[in-house]
Amino acid sequence: MEIRVLAPTGVLGAGFEETSFQRGIELRPHVIACDAGSTDSGPAHLGSGRPKPSREAVRRDLRHLLLARDALRVPLIIGSCGTSGRDVGVDWVEDIAREISTEEGLHFRLALIKSEQDSEYLKRRLREGRIRPLDPAPPLDEEVIDRSHIVGMMGVEPIEAALAQGAEVILAGRASDTSLYAAVPHLMGADPGLTWHMGKTIECGAACAVRPWADGLFVYLHDTHFDVEVLDQTNGLTPQSVAAHTLYENANPFLIPEPSGVLNTEWATYEALSDRVVRVTGSRFEPAENYSVKLEGAALAGYQTIAIGGIRDGVIIRQLDQLLPMADGYFRNKIRDVFRGQVDPSSIEIRYLIYGRDAVLGELEPLRHETGHEVGVLITVTAPTQELAHAIMTFVAHASAHLPIPEYHGLVSSLAYPFSPPEIDRGPVYRFTVNHVVLPDDPCEMFRTEMAKV
Amino acid sequence: MGTILDYCTLVRSKNAGPFVLTFDFMFRDQAAYEHVRDAGVLTAELFARLYRTAEERITLVFHERALALKVSLPRPKVQCAPDDTDCYAGQQYAPLLDLEL
Repeated sequence: MEIRVLAPTGVLGAGFEETSFQRGIELRPHVIACDAGSTDSGPAHLGSGRPKPSREAVRRDLRHLLLARDALRVPLIIGSCGTSGRDVGVDWVEDIAREISTEEGLHFRLALIKSEQDSEYLKRRLREGRIRPLDPAPPLDEEVIDRSHIVGMMGVEPIEAALAQGAEVILAGRASDTSLYAAVPHLMGADPGLTWHMGKTIECGAACAVRPWADGLFVYLHDTHFDVEVLDQTNGLTPQSVAAHTLYENANPFLIPEPSGVLNTEWATYEALSDRVVRVTGSRFEPAENYSVKLEGAALAGYQTIAIGGIRDGVIIRQLDQLLPMADGYFRNKIRDVFRGQVDPSSIEIRYLIYGRDAVLGELEPLRHETGHEVGVLITVTAPTQELAHAIMTFVAHASAHLPIPEYHGLVSSLAYPFSPPEIDRGPVYRFTVNHVVLPDDPCEMFRTEMAKV
Repeated sequence: MGTILDYCTLVRSKNAGPFVLTFDFMFRDQAAYEHVRDAGVLTAELFARLYRTAEERITLVFHERALALKVSLPRPKVQCAPDDTDCYAGQQYAPLLDLEL
């Protein structure tokens, strides 16, 4: 048995070469699958529901995928729609898909699989002790559940159920990247170790190629091995580049957790069949005792206003460690004074980041005292409302430009601002709040599937 | 002797989810891989010290077929937490480049 899988690119909206994609179509895949999300871009997408790529970029890729699916008559599976996989993300991609379908005259059976979690369900599972922390996890209680947007990461089962109902295009909420590629082979009875390893290998598209690129990979899955091919004829794959992809954005390259078990690649072997094709054997899948669905959650943490400036005067740079705490004390008093005690200074976060000193590594910076002739200063104010963040930044920015320098008699401008006014409102900011798994009774119970005709 | 870039074609740090910081070291060839593996410099103790965590929380795996070393540990600051300044954890490897091997 040979099962062929086309992964056109690493993330929907990242793009791919049309020639590579055309070659992928000519190889007649049994399924086309594409991931559309990640937490790697931060909690803002999950918190706000806003996707990372533009509508135009997603539309460009999705049009090619829908047309190819129509020509080949094979399933198209897209997961983690709208970056976060929230329900609004699935709706957003559905809207784009319908728009394309109307223009191109395409018709298909559509499945939408929603993965946003009901807070009452999660509270019940929490009380039952069926939510377990991963390491490291922030504390989780009912209050955190109530103020967070939480998605569950589906495995292959809800996708397979949609396929069994005749879905031709599946737009899924948050899903394990590998599940999107594994679902059809899994349903066809392919070896689970090879299936999951194949999925892991191609989930980022040609990111594991010799020349990492937003482009596609193709897999030929057999009973005893799989062959992975880079679609761009000018690019390459090596056993090392394929093996190394098990490291990517992953804690342990040999043990890769999935909802239904763990992919073990420790005994996998990688062999070059050509400059563009690598054969993989020996992957194993170890079924878990308990099926587990990973949760991802994000919550609003306030509103932010920032200011950007620079300091060139070495006299000032040398004593920032004394000046900044002094300024902070001044701001705390000023907040009490200006807002007549109505704003608790401890609810306001004022932060200076000194680029050129330790902004990137923070307290881990070993060269903190080797500052150069100039430093960049980023000031952030985070407050419960945007108006408050902005109001506080107006005097923080002003006072920061007039720090009292003991060596100087008279007022000096201690900070160079490139913009006027210096305050820049950044809108809401979000934090990740959950790193846990649910142990459900059924792999599908946390996901809702709607079937529709397009 | 030398520094890590004398032996590696790539050193990178990344998020492995919002709560885990991970490092990948890709070695030039088998000899470089074996040299570093046997030199005993890139150890759990070193990462625990540099990134301020407990040694037993460090995952350190040499991967011969990938000619790579993988090190993962709890992110010193949760991704995009108020005090996080590297949302993709992309520059956290930098202090390792100066190490003498």
